Formats: sequence, structure tokens, C-alpha cells
Amino acid sequence: MKETEILIVGKNPDIMPVILRLLNKKPNWNGYTAFSADEAIEKSRDIPFDVVLLGAGLTDTEAGQVRAHFTVPIVQHYGGGSGLLYAEVYQALNIQP
Amino acid sequence: MAQTIYHPANSRGKIDLGWLKSYPTFSFGDYYNPERMNFGALRVLNDDIVDGGEGFGEHPHDNMEIISIPLKGGLKHHDSMDNVAVISDGDIQVMSAGTGIFHEEHNDDQDEAVQFLQIWLYPNVLNVEPRYDQLTLNKADRHNKLQQILSPNANDAGVWIYQNAWFNLGNFDKGTSVDYALKAKSNGVYVFVISGSLKINGQVLNTRDGFGIWDTDAFTIDVMNDSEFLLMEVPMQF
Repeated sequence: MKETEILIVGKNPDIMPVILRLLNKKPNWNGYTAFSADEAIEKSRDIPFDVVLLGAGLTDTEAGQVRAHFTVPIVQHYGGGSGLLYAEVYQALNIQP
Repeated sequence: MAQTIYHPANSRGKIDLGWLKSYPTFSFGDYYNPERMNFGALRVLNDDIVDGGEGFGEHPHDNMEIISIPLKGGLKHHDSMDNVAVISDGDIQVMSAGTGIFHEEHNDDQDEAVQFLQIWLYPNVLNVEPRYDQLTLNKADRHNKLQQILSPNANDAGVWIYQNAWFNLGNFDKGTSVDYALKAKSNGVYVFVISGSLKINGQVLNTRDGFGIWDTDAFTIDVMNDSEFLLMEVPMQF
């Protein structure tokens, strides 16, 4: 099965590791974190992300930078945990669990 | 003409973790139904039952307005802002998660299950400073009339959130009826029947059924049997 590469871009140093752990719990999903738009863009040079999640704390400018750079689905992540995370990825990629 | 959607109680998801039985109206956690994502700004409506002595360990939230309404028993809350509280039937709790908050919540009783509604709304502004509030409501104020329990305004009745939403609870006797006028034409109302049976726009609703109505200025609730229900007016576009 194809691996799904998922990038979460956000600022909260305590929540980001939780989201990363939740993403990596799913088989064939590989989560990555970036704490700034610049870091997200830098990582995209090496990793072909399938979807990008915008986490808490990003400024409008940084969110705009991310949206301008990536051509894959970009989703505003809400909730900061497991509640909505999986549905956001399923919906963005139009896949079923 | 009013648009409507009917969600029978038995069409909801079911999450069974042993200690937790949750019936989500909309996709949540490992329950995913692309046809059940939200009703406007209303994203989560979970009907939760937590066994005695059990609960949710510490976990984070961000950028979401989170409302808890206990229906039976007490729920103990502790968060990273050092709020410690027990909310019980008759209370309402709200958190604006904003830039991020950690909390845990447990059944305050070691034996009896606690039942509560967990409701999440998309906020109308991102990355606010997290905040917590709770309020004890006078249940007599919802007998055969609507009791506002939530609004966007700090000076209005009930708790307030970062969204143009209004919640009302009602506890009506059989044979009564009540009209509800929406605050804005662009809003919709999601009705959740806590108990009883009633009729809206020709649709009969029973215990734990949900019903959304929009593209209307007002509607009438005809109470068929003694009923307790929650009305959630939310923006349909946000």
C-alpha cells in the first residue's frame, strides 16, 4: 500500500508532538512536523507530501506562505488532537479508513 | 423554503472503548462518515457515557470552541490553566482552546456512569488566548420556555464563545409548542432531542434524534410527549 506523507505546520511545542504521534499510529501514514513556513518549505524539497495540515499558532502570513508553496491539499487542522485529525486527512485525500 | 436534514439516533456512529460509550452525530476519532462532517459551524456532537472511576487522560485541544453539558452525574475537569472543577447536571462548561490547552476529565463518581454532551464549534477567530468558563443554570427557567445557555456575547445570558452561535435548552410538557426565530437568515439550527418526542416542520423526532433546519426565519416545535431538547443556532457558512 502507498505510504501517505503528512506534514503538520504549527507553533505549539507541546501539541505538535501529540499530533505527530497520532498521525504515525495509522498504518502507512508518515507524519512530519514543521514549526514555521520556512521549515515546511525546506522539508518539501526532500519529502513528497500528500497533504499539509495547518496547526495552531501560525500567523496569517505564514499560513499564506504555506498555501502559496504547496500544490497538494492544505487543510486547516482544528481541535489539536485525535478528535478531528483523521477525518481531516481522509477528507483531504478523498480516502476511506 | 426551509432546508432540513434528519439524523435518527440509530444513524449516529458508535465508539466503544469499554469505559467510554460515545455516539457521535458527526465524524469523530475513528468514526468517519463523509456524509456526516458538520452542520455549519457545528462540528462535533458526541453523546458520551463514561463508566464510574474512568475518564479521559490528559490530552490537548486547539482552535475549537468546546462545550460540555452534563446530563447525569458529575464530570471532573482539570486543565493546564489550573482550572479544577466538577460540573454536574444543570451546569454548562466552555473552553476556547485557541493556541492550545491540555486538560483531563474524569467521572467524579467511582460507581455510577456520567452522561454528557460534548459539542465542538469551529471558532470565528483562530489562535485566541485559551479560556475556560462554567455556569450553573437554573433548570426551572427552561420549563415550557427556552433558556438561552450560550451566545457570542459576554454580557448575554449563558456562557459565551468565539462564534456567532446561540444555544437554548427547553424542557416542555406534552401538548405545548414553542416558536423559534433565528438570529440571522444565514444561520441554521440543529435540534437535539435529549428525551421525549416532538415534531418540527412535519418531522417527528424521538429521544437522541437530531434535526437540522436552515434557509428559514423561524420554525415551530410541537411537543408530542414531555421533552427535553437542545437548540444550537450556528452559522451555516463560516
